[in-house]
Amino acid sequence: MEHTADHTIVFEDVSKFYGEILGVNRVTLAIEPGITSLVGPNGSGKTTLMNLMTGLIRPTRGRVNVLGLRADHPEIFFRKVGYCSQFDSFPRALTGFQFINSYLRVHGRSKQEAQDFAWKALHRVDLLDAAHLKIGAYSKGMRQRVRLAQSIAHEPSVMILDEPLNGLDPMARAETIRLFRQLAGEGLHLIISSHILHEVDMMSDQVILLNNGYVVAEGEIHGVRDEMEEHPMQILIRCDRPGLLAARVFEQDSVVEAKIHKDRHGLFIKTRDADAFYLLLNRIVVDDGLTVESVAPVDDDISAVYQYLIGGGEAA
Amino acid sequence: MSASTEAIADSKPTSRPPWSLWASQIAAILRLEIRKNFIGKRAVLMYMMAAVPILLMAGLSAEISWQQSRNNNIGEVNVIFANLYEGLILRTIVFFGCAWIFMNLFRGEVVDRSLHYYFLSPVRREVLVVGKYLSGLIASVVLFTISTAGSLLLLYIGLGSSGGNYFFDGAGKSQAMSYLGITILACIGYGAVFMLIGLFFRNPIIPALLIYGWEWINFLLPPVLKKISVIHYLHSLAPVPVPEGPFAMIAEPTPAYLSIPGLLLMTAVVLVLASFQIRRMEIKYGGE
Repeated sequence: MEHTADHTIVFEDVSKFYGEILGVNRVTLAIEPGITSLVGPNGSGKTTLMNLMTGLIRPTRGRVNVLGLRADHPEIFFRKVGYCSQFDSFPRALTGFQFINSYLRVHGRSKQEAQDFAWKALHRVDLLDAAHLKIGAYSKGMRQRVRLAQSIAHEPSVMILDEPLNGLDPMARAETIRLFRQLAGEGLHLIISSHILHEVDMMSDQVILLNNGYVVAEGEIHGVRDEMEEHPMQILIRCDRPGLLAARVFEQDSVVEAKIHKDRHGLFIKTRDADAFYLLLNRIVVDDGLTVESVAPVDDDISAVYQYLIGGGEAA
Repeated sequence: MSASTEAIADSKPTSRPPWSLWASQIAAILRLEIRKNFIGKRAVLMYMMAAVPILLMAGLSAEISWQQSRNNNIGEVNVIFANLYEGLILRTIVFFGCAWIFMNLFRGEVVDRSLHYYFLSPVRREVLVVGKYLSGLIASVVLFTISTAGSLLLLYIGLGSSGGNYFFDGAGKSQAMSYLGITILACIGYGAVFMLIGLFFRNPIIPALLIYGWEWINFLLPPVLKKISVIHYLHSLAPVPVPEGPFAMIAEPTPAYLSIPGLLLMTAVVLVLASFQIRRMEIKYGGE
């Protein structure tokens, strides 16, 4: 893949150790615009990676560049970058509006600009009604939204969001994902960590899977899945004669397992070469007049990828 | 992002001359910090400390007022105040008050887990140091000059009209200005030192107590070592000399034209060190 330094987020052989404890090790990445999700269990290094991107911590080894900028020049860097961290804490006694407005003033914005940007950000996260309430009186979901608003208020090109959907109700989650998709459509980089895998699946252009401080896979979800040859792809074919289909699929060496669905109207197969299987299926349909209702990969999503590469249940 | 807002986002703050941008950023930091310094939970202790000398002087004033019927000695009251000022106000109240205010400028935000909002803003960390320091300075100067002025006023009120005449028309006015000046210089000097300590140490209490001890034994130190302290320069400026006792190592007081620039220079050096330290600082709240 060719990367233009000022359009990508680049990790070059980055390691971070907290004393003797490993944060992340030998991470080399180039993240393109769009939504990139960081997925992995607790302690896998997701937050460390985000903190390294924003300079809150420094790499023990290696270099991090965000659109060609380094975090040790914050006066330039943070005009382009916004970070919604997981720290659920705020300066005391401020309202939601004051919180966002005050830090926009710290950016150097004029009074009027800061107010305009603050209102716009509050509008984007649907928090206008609570703008003049003290943050101390906010619910967890509102606190999450006001932090999100603060991180996007200066309209950065790169947004780094650590578990941004935590604490949000289903309606707000859907709205927020829609906002992320909209921002990604505008050409922004969004780096999001999440432990809700079906939401990751729904919103991500690419994923980075982390485990024990190592990147175990990266790229577009289906691409990652295709490369996992040790885990044959599972496909469910809904058809009128699953028995016949089962007998024919073993013509192909790459098919390793076939199992008739319990309602006897479908067949599960496991194949190491999905493309070859689809060609074979076409041939069977033509040769034997099989009526196929649907063909769907069963484990071609982030949950399956996570399960195969990291194991256990949902990410944390 | 629309084209128009992108233009604002990219051009406005960076297209300004750096000094103008830094000034507006410092002003924004001051607005946030002064609110915290004066109305936060941590301010309660500060108010209590500033009230101590005033309450004490109010008691003393009543005592002096009773004695004044027999003996009207302004010189004696001057010495009483000079001793109380140096022993209580300067060495204890201003010292620990500044320790509390300035050490909490950064350490307090680490404890509250809110420092990252500054670190994620497009503001040079040196500018943040200056903004935070000035906010601490404003809080400490306002409180401790009021405390000093209130103490002086209360003590001399005990002398009745002669105290009033001395204070408002006589030498008392310049004396009061000197004490207020010393208090401000103490806030400037101690403030910088304690802010630096707050940046270096996770638990800054022990280094603060060590400095307290060093400042208290200053009178026992040889002249060269005396100069490595804040109190030496402040003591030199006292309008009414305070004897340091029979065990004191006598040293020539540093004249004001040297002690004031010296203190300001030391403050500048300490702020530069603080700027270096904050550039290296990482946010790891989990370890606090």
